Amino acid sequence: MSPDTPTAPPTPPEPPVTSIAGNTSIAGNTPPEFTAEGGDWSEVARELARLKEERVVVNMGPQHPSTHGVLRLILELDGERVTDTRVGVGYLHSGIEKSFEYRTWAQGVTLATRMDYVASMSNELAYVLAVEKLLGVEDQIPARAQLIRVLMAELSRVASHLIAVGTGGNELGGTTIMTVGFRSREEILKFVEAVTGLRMNNAYLRPGGVAQDVPPDALDLLRSGFPTILRGVSDLEDILSNNPIYRRRLKDIAYLDKSGCLALGITGPMLRATGTPFDLRKAAPYCGYETFEFDVPTEDSCDAFGRFMVRMREVRQSMRIVAQCIDRLAKTRGPVMIADRKIAWPASLSLGPDGQGQNPEHVALMNSGSMEALIHHVKLVTEGFSVPKGQVFSQTEHPKGVMGIHLVSDGGNRPHRVHVREPSFNNLQALAALCIGGTISDVIVSLASIDPVAGGVDR
Amino acid sequence: MTSPAWFDDVLAILRTPPTPAHDDVPPLPDDVSDGVPPLFESFVVDRGELTLHVSPDHLADVLSILRDHPDLRFDLSLGVSGVHYPDQEGRELHAVYHLRSITHEARSIRVEVAVALADPHIPSTVAIYPTHDWHERETFDLLGIIFDDHPSLARILMPDDWVGHPLRKDYPLGGIGVQFSSGSVPPRDHRRGEGK
Repeated sequence: MSPDTPTAPPTPPEPPVTSIAGNTSIAGNTPPEFTAEGGDWSEVARELARLKEERVVVNMGPQHPSTHGVLRLILELDGERVTDTRVGVGYLHSGIEKSFEYRTWAQGVTLATRMDYVASMSNELAYVLAVEKLLGVEDQIPARAQLIRVLMAELSRVASHLIAVGTGGNELGGTTIMTVGFRSREEILKFVEAVTGLRMNNAYLRPGGVAQDVPPDALDLLRSGFPTILRGVSDLEDILSNNPIYRRRLKDIAYLDKSGCLALGITGPMLRATGTPFDLRKAAPYCGYETFEFDVPTEDSCDAFGRFMVRMREVRQSMRIVAQCIDRLAKTRGPVMIADRKIAWPASLSLGPDGQGQNPEHVALMNSGSMEALIHHVKLVTEGFSVPKGQVFSQTEHPKGVMGIHLVSDGGNRPHRVHVREPSFNNLQALAALCIGGTISDVIVSLASIDPVAGGVDR
Repeated sequence: MTSPAWFDDVLAILRTPPTPAHDDVPPLPDDVSDGVPPLFESFVVDRGELTLHVSPDHLADVLSILRDHPDLRFDLSLGVSGVHYPDQEGRELHAVYHLRSITHEARSIRVEVAVALADPHIPSTVAIYPTHDWHERETFDLLGIIFDDHPSLARILMPDDWVGHPLRKDYPLGGIGVQFSSGSVPPRDHRRGEGK
């Protein structure tokens, strides 16, 4: 900084300005650049006032804690007002779509589950439904497998919405909101771990069914966790619905109406908060959703508060579906993998003294049978099954909106192309429409109301 | 599998010429419209899904009709994806548009445009479906299809200064070295003991 000296002439030519970081000068049309590192805001502000610069471009991110993963926002400010917004994504790009092309159809599930890691089962569901559609075996999937898929997808939805509301509250400064949300999610993760062995990145849903049946005691675990989950939902509603601070921060903020949503391709809770009851579970049911009783909640306010309300009410509807799933699973028995031996994953896991592994009886059966059977088993595991040539676009209702999987097969044992239409990626486009004209503090609310997850955005 | 009746409606509407934009232009007489080629090149019905193959010149017309025609109303676009078919000479790169109707629920359609790898230009459709902004950027970034008149066709997932389009079939997996703070991993084909 070069402070004004008493001996300076009344209108001095602008001297080269060194910023706080000491790296910038006004030369030509290059705008001055400041690096604020916290605690030096008053110096930055004083320097800006001296330069008489009204328009300020602020780079928020790429690692701001309020950005739902690694995300960069470029905000153009006029005082507190946001006059322009640009979004920089791609910091978490891991080439998942490319990696799909080098893995077999069954291995692809492990990649799909890592996209939107907050609702991993929903990603898996979208992917396995696409593979089954391409195989043309949708009608052969056992009913029990479909039930388990619905159960898992709905638990994913609950977990995802609880994270959305919880972290959204945390970003406004309410840590309790986050801990309440995570407390309920923990019960879901406990159940998921009891069934799949993993809390996240499960790779549990497979083309043709699910990896293995739900153990009977896991259903009891879920039943016992049910009150905790619902208590968290009630707590969040009690804390937030009539909280004057929360309402004033969210009401009429991040407004986007139905035509705006449709133009920008926005689906999910954001679209339903505009009074549009569009939900693929009702519009084009898959996995037997038409046999479950549930409602599609909508709100008319088109704002961040409406999206919060839609998410909370959807959690309750999802728990209704979960309860129906538990009842049906407890009453029925049956296979959880397709009968077609050319597709079904030939594994049977059991819990031994040294942890989970291949069932010894299953291994003995494999080894005692014919040589051809053993060769078939090895080929299916190493080489995988082939899928007839063609392409499909399967659509499912992900917690964040419509998830589409565009699968192209050239007839081989690996996909020719997998494209994922990620709802987070698409919905994040709306951020500029939500933020411009608002204040900088509303940017955080707007972003939280979209609920993007960088793993899904960047893939 | 029987295909739904509305598939025929879509094809019939796109076979007749589009209605004139102004009232003072008289509609084409019936005997003339018979000779007018349809707006699509071909169509495929497979696994219960309808795919329209459209030339780049007709893309904007087709999408406008699909969006606005009262019997169709594909009012929601689910984005653009690209596919590289190296063996389709002269039509290597395909841009695929996935449309969905909210007015008529349970209706989805796919519009596919093919261009040559040597000249991968397709008119941008951001003006018709604003949601295509990021999707066209993604397809440009990963497959190198250039969408003419896009408001800002910049890379979106890869770094701005990246060379090449990773989802093309001739782009290898793990083809670049990875830098870590404590060293680097060379590209796969330069590692010792590993073949290509």
